[in-house]
Amino acid sequence: MPSKDKKYSCPMSRDQVVEAYFLEHRGKLLDVAAFLDRVDRSRPSGRAGGEDYRVAALREALCLLADGRPRRVERVLKLLSDPTSRPIPKALGKAAGGAYGNASRPVGKGKKMGP
Amino acid sequence: MRYIDPHIHMVSRTTDDYRSMGQAGCVAVTEPAFWAGFDRSSAQGFYDYFRQLTEHEPRRAAAYGIRHYCWLSVNPKESEDVTFAREVMELIPGFISKPNVLGIGEIGLNKNTVNELAIFEEQVALADRLGQLILVHTPHLEDKLKGTRLIVDAIRRNANVDPERVLIDHVEEHTVKMVLDAGFWAGITLYPDSKCTPQRAADIVETYGHERLWANSAGDWGHSDPLAVPKLRMEMARRGHSLQVIERLLYENPARFLGQCPKFHLDGV
Repeated sequence: MPSKDKKYSCPMSRDQVVEAYFLEHRGKLLDVAAFLDRVDRSRPSGRAGGEDYRVAALREALCLLADGRPRRVERVLKLLSDPTSRPIPKALGKAAGGAYGNASRPVGKGKKMGP
Repeated sequence: MRYIDPHIHMVSRTTDDYRSMGQAGCVAVTEPAFWAGFDRSSAQGFYDYFRQLTEHEPRRAAAYGIRHYCWLSVNPKESEDVTFAREVMELIPGFISKPNVLGIGEIGLNKNTVNELAIFEEQVALADRLGQLILVHTPHLEDKLKGTRLIVDAIRRNANVDPERVLIDHVEEHTVKMVLDAGFWAGITLYPDSKCTPQRAADIVETYGHERLWANSAGDWGHSDPLAVPKLRMEMARRGHSLQVIERLLYENPARFLGQCPKFHLDGV
């Protein structure tokens, strides 16, 4: 449970956290790097508008990880979120893409999520 | 250690999953009505689905010492066609008194459309009229933040609904505070890729506390893990959280929320 000092709410010491999780997250970081390399090595689809909006959002999110400020997960999630507030008139598909794009994005081409 | 998985779609899981969950300490599940991965061709499809949830599935669970409860609704992915959705809603009162039905769910939004919101509000009103608990689905990925705001505002517009009787599910780091601050219960879903890992779920508990919070697997026909809840238990134990706190999150909290429905009990499990 969170300690009385909210700043240190994780029961593990900093050394323990690093010991327990470093390798796992080193591996995840390399997966992101490999994904971006894979995108570079793939043939462009020829679609107008340059880089896929999801990849562009991922690159932007990576900057947040290195800015030294707290609440990184929350800020990344917000960066990837639809910033508008009104319901849309009609759904053009059921799927979510994982990042918010402009009106020209390929709606419904996102990965099919579970329910 | 015993636990409850308060959101799992067992109609999509195998009997072996029931066995594994029972062996891992699961004593009860609650199963919200959901999207089957395709749109039903008629409301009659939901009639049969509601029979499966209220008659067949409890027997399958009981064979492994697990108590099975469910929630009834038309899900947000099939709410865009409001005529169809209203036909399904007409079926619900006929099933609501079945012994394992705990309330209305999972209702909510998917793509945050005008029609989805209209059907959501009608189902909130239905729950209010029938005196039922409410289980809410929040949208996926980029639609979650906006959808959660729309949902919180819509429920607040129905002044009769007590937020203590509403659980808003699939919260993440950017929505959990909004839900808890509004007085609702919040659910963390342990789901690969699109929701929380056990590690992030433990981080949320450490950051926001464990009051009015539960965790579930939302196991279904997609890439999901029916043993995700015991994996959160392991993660929290690994970090040094007390067994008392872990049991509070994974057993006592769901029992407290669900126990607001008099049909829910854990005697003999």
